[in-house]
Order: sequence, then C-alpha cells, then structure tokens
Amino acid sequence: MNKCTERLYNGIVKENPTFVQMLGMCPTLAVTSSAINGAGMGLSTTCILILSNFVISLLRKVIPDKVRIPSFIVIIASFVTVIQFLMQAYLPSLNASLGIYIPLIVVNCIILGRAESYASKNKPLPSMFDGMGMGLGFTIGLTVIGAFRELLGKGCVFGYQILGDDNLLQHSSGIFKAIGDVLGLYTPVTIFVLAPGAFFVLAFIIAFINKKTAKKQALSDSRTPVSCKPESCAGCTNLMCGGKIFAESNENKAALQKPLKGEPKQEEVPNTSAEKSKPEEVLKASEDESKPEEAQKVSAEENGFHQENGIEIKSIMNKIARYHEANPGMVKPIEVPEAEAENVKAEADVSVPNSRNSRKKKKNNGKGGKQS
Amino acid sequence: MNILLLAIGAALVNNVILSQFLGLCPFLGVSKNVKTATGMGAAVIFVMTIASAATSMIYYGILKKLGLEYLNTIVFILVIAALVQFVEMFLKKKIKPLYESLGVYLPLITTNCAVLGIAISNVQEGYTIFQSIVNGFGSAVGFTLAIVILAGIREKLAYSPIPESFKGTPIVLITSGLMAIAFFGFAGLI
Repeated sequence: MNKCTERLYNGIVKENPTFVQMLGMCPTLAVTSSAINGAGMGLSTTCILILSNFVISLLRKVIPDKVRIPSFIVIIASFVTVIQFLMQAYLPSLNASLGIYIPLIVVNCIILGRAESYASKNKPLPSMFDGMGMGLGFTIGLTVIGAFRELLGKGCVFGYQILGDDNLLQHSSGIFKAIGDVLGLYTPVTIFVLAPGAFFVLAFIIAFINKKTAKKQALSDSRTPVSCKPESCAGCTNLMCGGKIFAESNENKAALQKPLKGEPKQEEVPNTSAEKSKPEEVLKASEDESKPEEAQKVSAEENGFHQENGIEIKSIMNKIARYHEANPGMVKPIEVPEAEAENVKAEADVSVPNSRNSRKKKKNNGKGGKQS
Repeated sequence: MNILLLAIGAALVNNVILSQFLGLCPFLGVSKNVKTATGMGAAVIFVMTIASAATSMIYYGILKKLGLEYLNTIVFILVIAALVQFVEMFLKKKIKPLYESLGVYLPLITTNCAVLGIAISNVQEGYTIFQSIVNGFGSAVGFTLAIVILAGIREKLAYSPIPESFKGTPIVLITSGLMAIAFFGFAGLI
C-alpha cells in the first residue's frame, strides 16, 4: 500500500476516532439522534479535517513552535466559519438540526489532535489523506450509532420506517406483508433518540468492541490505544487521557521526591493520589529503610495499576503482606517496634479517616492482639 | 425572578453535560474520584463565568458595533484561550493557594467544548451581558454537580463485580445515561 491508502486504512479501521481512540465524544452523542444527522456531521467534519490538515501541513515549517496551538486553532476556526456559512446557505435543514455543534467542530479533539500529531510533521498530500481517512472513520462511526439509535428509538433508518407501525414492508404483499406485520409489533423505545439513549448505545458498542479485542489485548502488553502512547501522543484530552495525565504527572512528582532516611511522612503528596499514597508512604517508612525507593516505585505502580483496574483489595492485601513480612515482630507485643508501629498506624488512620486501608489495619491490629 | 429561573434552568433542566452533551471529555475522564472532580468543577465555574462575561462583552462591545458577528467563533476561542492563560498567571502570582488547588485543570479547560459552547449559545439566544454571566455560572454549577455525582458513583463502582467487557468506559457511560434519565425529572421545574 502506498502512503495515501495506508492513511485511509489507518483512519477508517486501525485508529478509528470513534471506536478505537474515543475522541470527539461530544458531537458523537449529541447529533446521532438520527442516521442522517450523524452522516451530515461526519461529512462536515471530514471537509474541515481535509482542509485544515492540508493548510497546516503546508505551513508546518513556517509556524513557530511556541504559537503552534493558537495558530492551528485560528486556521481551523476560519475553515469552520466558512463551512458554517455555506451550510446555512445551502443546507438549512441540516444546519438547523446540528445547531450549535457546527461551530463546536473547532474544539473537536480529532481535528486538533491530527493537526498536532500528523499534519504538522508530514507532507501535504499524505496529511490530506490522513484527514480524509480519519473523517471517513468518524462519519462511519457516527452513522452507525445514529442508525442504531434511530432504529431502536423510532423504528426508521435514514427516514425509512422499518420497525413498528406502518412500516415499509406492510405496503407490499404476500410473505413480505406477513414479515411486515411481525415487524410492526415493535413499539419504539423513545428514550433512545433522547440524551440517555446515546449513552447506552455507545456503552454497548464499546463493550462489544472490548470483547472483540480482549484476546488481542491479552497477547499484547499495552492497554493504551496508539494515540495515547508517549511517542505518538495525539495531544488531546479525551476520556482515555484525561485521567492518565494526572496519574502520570503525579507519579513523576512522587518519583522525584525521594524520601530521606527516618522521615515518617511525605510532605507534598500529590493531589489525586493523596488518600491512597499517604498510608503507603507511611507504611514504606516503617519498612526496611534500605529499600525506600523500591517500595515507592512499587507503590506508585500499584497505585496506577489499581486506579486503572479498581482491584484495590488485591493491592491492599499485597501491601499488608509486605508490611508483615518486613516487620515480623508485629504479631508479638515487642516494646519499641510496636510503639513505632502504633504511632505509624495512628498517623495513617488520622490521615485517612474511615478508609478501607485504616479499617483493614484496625482489623489486623485486632487479630494481632488476639494472637498475642 | 427571571434571573433565578435562568440560573436554575441552566444548572438543572438544561444541564450542560447530561442534556446538552457539552464537556463530555473531562466529564468521563476526570471523574475518577470526588476530590479531582470537585477540583475540576471549581476550575470550570471560575473559567466559565469569566469567559461568558468576557465573550459577551466583546460581542456586544466590538463585534456587533463593527458588524463583524461572523468572526465570533474565531474571536471567542482565542479570547477563551488567552483568558485561561492570563487567569493562570494571575492566580499563580496573587492567589497561590487557589492556583495550587486548581492545579492542572486550568489548561485542560481551554479546548473544552463546554466553555465555547456556552459562550456561543449565550450569543445565539440573545442574552444581555448580565444574563450571559448568570447563564455561564449556572451551567458551570450544573457541570460541577454532575461530575461530582458521577465521581461518587465511580468510587463505589470500583468495588462492584462488573462484566469484563464493560469495565472502564462502558459502565461509566451507562451510569451517565441513568443520571441523564434522572435529570429528566427536573424538566417540569420551570
């Protein structure tokens, strides 16, 4: 495949913006109340993608690096304004149904993301095809979701009534009429063309895709899509990235602040992982002082791990097991370590009132008391 | 009375996320725990109110007087980006604790559809400057409400047995859908 068809394949199948990268969620859910609206929105976004990718690629050596993002935004906004007025003039019904989402194409993560990650680094012709591929992938995604919602919510697809009363098949004769009568028994579920239905349909589509790719993910190590890897970051803040940015930046901060010997508590614990990392830091300080860095690395890793997977219980059990390994004297009431440990535990409990960590420690404390 | 109805309508009835679908990326991405969600919500309230004020003042003061309304998309997005930069620098210098608590969320809001969407809809609905500010503030309060509720639910969801293919985004979307249905109950409020 030459470069241009490879770009098309990439955008439509491999890195589909809607199903794989999950970018541009706002228009996806908002305009897909019918298949036509979805297709119309997708095609407008495709036009803007092609044009903006082309121009940005032409200007890539001229735009200074510091004002990169604002200049991209100006270029994209100008094209959006042009397309908006063209639609107002020649496609007024589509304009009325898409409403405010046409000017909002400016802040669509797809366009800025592709400009940032591909068009600013490659030649004009492949950039154009990249825009076309991404746009067509987006259009296909929107049309499929719109078709689902329209079918379940109103019984039509592209305006042609298929399910429910008075559908197309009922107008014919013989066996088709019989099938039409059976299909006519369906009562449309109106919630699907309203706001909540969009959430439900998208959730089931993503679950379906997760199921299909579950085996592939089991074989390959990574759980991040291509656009979220550090070397090929698309530079947008979609729902995959919004949480990770903070987790990663906080882990970097934590890794930079190496603990001093004998320091019981870590000051300046980062915001998001405050509750979870404080007891970890405290536990770590009371462990063998020769390996504080290892423990911190592990705790940071586990923090990210269980933040992603929600398997908190496993990590808490691991932490408690490691703590007991490092402090075998916990079970018997030995004066000095226990006093220290009690202080440490009291601090942990105070810092995170009533969390699962402190409740588990209270439980283990009770167990230790019984055995001794 | 009209202003109060506008504020309540913006926050509850036409909720920015659950009804107008603006600002979904941070809604689904930053709602992992209540602390970060409140941080994000506070930042959005701050930025959206100031941005509504600034954009509507510029629209009525400059664009409309010069007959340049067609430039509103470009001007608004640049104003919002610049505003977020200035607000960040100002907070960093003058009100350090607020800057520390808002943290990384401020730059994240620049390309957020919510702020631009509310700014454009203020102008499209023809609100005066004061009404735009109230609309912006009410919408941001509605955003904060929705994101904090979702964060609370997600914290509990972490302990529930969820089918493998639904873990992560799908279950959060289903939860948001149920929240959207719940917010339908506000429809008869005004």
